[in-house]
Amino acid sequence: MHKAAIAGIGESRVGKVPDRSALQLQSDAAFAALADSGLALRDVDAVFTTPVRVEHWNMPAGVVATFLGVRPNYLSTVDVAGASGCSMIDQAVAAVESGRCEVALCVAGQNLLSNRSRSQAVQSMAERGSAHPQFEVPYGPLIPSLYALIAQRHMHEYGTTPEQLAEVAVAIRKHAGLNPNAHKREPITVQDVLSSKEITTPLHILDCAIVSDGAAAAIVTRADRARDLKKPPVYLLGSGYGLRHGHVGDAECLTTTGAEDAGRTAFRKAGLKPSDVDVAQIYDCFTITVIVELEDLGFCPKGEGGRFVEGGRIALGGELPITTHGGLLSGGHPGLGGGFFHVLEAVRQLRGEAGARQVAGANVALAHGNGGVVSVHCTLLLGNQNAAGAKR
Amino acid sequence: MNAPQKPVPSPDPATREYWEAAARSELRLPKCTTCGKPHFYPRPACPYCGGTKFDWPLASGGGTIYSFTIVQRAPSPAFEAEVPYVVAIIALDEGPHLMSNVVGVDPKTVRIGQRVKVQFREAAEGVRVPVFAPA
Repeated sequence: MHKAAIAGIGESRVGKVPDRSALQLQSDAAFAALADSGLALRDVDAVFTTPVRVEHWNMPAGVVATFLGVRPNYLSTVDVAGASGCSMIDQAVAAVESGRCEVALCVAGQNLLSNRSRSQAVQSMAERGSAHPQFEVPYGPLIPSLYALIAQRHMHEYGTTPEQLAEVAVAIRKHAGLNPNAHKREPITVQDVLSSKEITTPLHILDCAIVSDGAAAAIVTRADRARDLKKPPVYLLGSGYGLRHGHVGDAECLTTTGAEDAGRTAFRKAGLKPSDVDVAQIYDCFTITVIVELEDLGFCPKGEGGRFVEGGRIALGGELPITTHGGLLSGGHPGLGGGFFHVLEAVRQLRGEAGARQVAGANVALAHGNGGVVSVHCTLLLGNQNAAGAKR
Repeated sequence: MNAPQKPVPSPDPATREYWEAAARSELRLPKCTTCGKPHFYPRPACPYCGGTKFDWPLASGGGTIYSFTIVQRAPSPAFEAEVPYVVAIIALDEGPHLMSNVVGVDPKTVRIGQRVKVQFREAAEGVRVPVFAPA
């Protein structure tokens, strides 16, 4: 039996939210998650968060805990970049299962859009982001350039096309259109993506994640306690991590990533296989990321990702709906907290609460986050009480 | 008004030999004295065998373009004058990959698999970074 469960989820407003600081966005999300669970702030005895980019927080988990007035028995600041959202849940489940705490608040997000100008954000990410300060930054890559190098190699090796990359953006925008809290909701076409400004070959602006304000939160507690709360519990069936390179410049292979290791471990622990997954919340910082991850996680053979995403297969109503809330490409991307929205959407799908974007009968959901430049990976397999792995 | 300066590498103990060689217009890679394999980026232990002693032999300077992108929006004002420019991953003839620029070429003609040869660009006084041009 599982000893811990996700009992509550909540989001702040996402998009352009100029009236909220990073801490206010996080507290909005935290109170929403507590209300969803039926627990109160005084029940929380552990805080997990991530660093923010807009301010310097000395000991971020301590900053968030004191802002909210929590006296924690356990606290941790998690930073595996884009994999942080998945990893916070994994670490909170481990902390509850081991008895270190009973009610863990996981929360992340910031006012990344309103805090500074777009040019400042681009320069800051290029110089203090995922590029190596000595061996990459002097050559002037944008963050999107690091992914463009992967895309160009994938196209060279496997014949992947710009149209196939665009299919990813189109499907995920369609999903955002069904999410009232998503940042960018107007529908786009493959032609819209291809005729948007090309910023670093072959990636167009619509192949890239947006920049948003927003925060997400979840409550993890003991499974016996979760069963008596307002919402049906969601269980962690298996998790895994992977890391094969630090930077694209020193990666031996650009087209296969540590997502292979993360996915393999998560599926083995859960006793599941890719075909058991009803809905997959795939990390989507760039369109190429989705194609590589679908391959590495075992949803299609290596090199077939471009063909796999064609014809609406990854859109709602398709064989494998992915990133059903709109992801980072359209839903919202407030930095390290961005990948946490994928976990929240997995929970919503497993509870049957996803409204117009509900995948009928979803019992097993995958959430995957990656950080760096497809460097560090964390895969979660989540299930409701009907999931095969949940009764073990 | 000074023109905005491009970011300049700041060497650390693991990378000092690399940047000192580059300042002399030499491309040198750490080569493990235990297993004999060169690696990049420089680090305290060989990623293949864990060895911690390295020679720094002169590389041939030849390589092949493993992947590239044409940057069309500058990451900062210092790069604006150069847009569009090529950022590439070079597979060196010795094996390791490294990021660099491909220079002296119309970006539209750059191809994966193209042969290139190292040259050096002055980044600041006494600091040179390796870049590549078609061989």
